[in-house]
Amino acid sequence: MARSDVQLMLDVKSGDDSSFELLLHKYRTPLVNFLFRMVRDAAAAEDLAQEVFLRVYRARGQYMPTAKFTTWMFRIATNLALNALRDGRYRRTEISIDQSSAGHSSDGENEQPALEIADQQATIEVELIRRDRAERIRRAVESLPEKQRAAVLLHKYQEMDYDEIAGVLGCSESALKSLLFRAYETLRVELAPLVQGAQVQAQVTGPGK
Amino acid sequence: MNCGHTEKKLIAYLDGKLPIAERRQFEAHLAACAACREQTEGFRSMWNVLDELPALAPSPAFDAQVRARVAQEPRRAGFWSWIVPSPRMAFAATALLIASIWISSFQPGRLAVVPPAGGPAVQNTEAEFGMIKDLPVLEDYDVLTSFDALSELPVQPTAQPQSLKQM
Repeated sequence: MARSDVQLMLDVKSGDDSSFELLLHKYRTPLVNFLFRMVRDAAAAEDLAQEVFLRVYRARGQYMPTAKFTTWMFRIATNLALNALRDGRYRRTEISIDQSSAGHSSDGENEQPALEIADQQATIEVELIRRDRAERIRRAVESLPEKQRAAVLLHKYQEMDYDEIAGVLGCSESALKSLLFRAYETLRVELAPLVQGAQVQAQVTGPGK
Repeated sequence: MNCGHTEKKLIAYLDGKLPIAERRQFEAHLAACAACREQTEGFRSMWNVLDELPALAPSPAFDAQVRARVAQEPRRAGFWSWIVPSPRMAFAATALLIASIWISSFQPGRLAVVPPAGGPAVQNTEAEFGMIKDLPVLEDYDVLTSFDALSELPVQPTAQPQSLKQM
C-alpha cells in the first residue's frame, strides 16, 4: 500500500532519504509548473522548485503533520515565488510555447519539437492555431494579479480543495472563493474569443483534440 | 436565491462540491436567470480552454541538482549533531574535552580527596587554618556552640574545639 505524503515526510524525518526521493518524483513536475506560471521564467521556476525541496528537507527535523503535506509545500513555493517577484530577482525572459509544451526533453533544442510535430502528421495550420491559443491562455493567466494567479493555479491545475488553497495563501475560505471568482471572471472575458475558437478547432481536429 | 449568490456558489457548483439542496437551488436560479446561466456556461467553457495550457517538464538535470543541494546539508547522525550545529564545532568540543581530561591527569593533588599526613602538606594545611583562624565567625564560636539548634546535632560538641586547639 502506498504511503501517504505525511507518512513519507515522517519517514524522511526519521532518516529515510529514499522517502524524500519519492516526494521529489511525485511533486517535481507540479511544483515546476506552478512556479513557472508564477514567475514566468522556466530557469527561475526550476531554481525555486529546487529551493522548495531543499527547504522541505531542511525542515524535516521539525516537521509536524498539522496540515496536509501539499498545503505546507505549496505554501513554501508560493512564498518563494512572491518574494522572488517582489525582489525582481528573476528578470522575465520570454519563453516560446515550443519550450513550454516540449519541456526539456530534447535538451532545449528548439528544432526538435517541430520535427516531432511533423512526425505526428499534424498540419502546420492546426499546429500554429494550437500554439497561438496556448500563448494567449498563458498570457491571460500570467497577467492576473499574483494572488489571483496563485489561487487559479492551485485550484485549476493542482486541483486543491478550497481549505487547502486558503491555507496556502493564508486567507479565509470565503475570501478565497471571492478571489477565485474575480480571477475566473477576468479569464472568462479574456478568453471568450478562444471559447468559440475551441469549437471550430474541435470540428477541424475531431473529438479528443 | 438571487444573482448576488452566484458569485459565492458558481465555482463550487462547477466543481461539483455544492450540497444537493444548494445545487438544486442554484440550478433553479439558472433556469430562471439568463445572465447567470450565461456566466456559468462561460466559466465552464473557459475552464475547458484553460486545460489547453501545456505543462512544462522539469529538465533532466533537475533531480540531480536537488540531490546535490540536499547532499550539502548536514546529516542527522550521532550525539553531537543535536548539541552543536556543525561537525567542526563537534570536533572542537570533543578535542577540548579530551585535552581537559589529559591535562587533569597530570595534577593528582587537585583530584585527591584525602590529603596525605605529614611533610609539606601539613605545612600547607597549617597555613590554610591560620587564615581561617582570623575569620570573625570563629571569634563568636562560643556564641555558636550555645545555639539550641547546634546542640541537637549528633556531633559531639568537644570534637571541634579540640581540633582547633591543635592548630
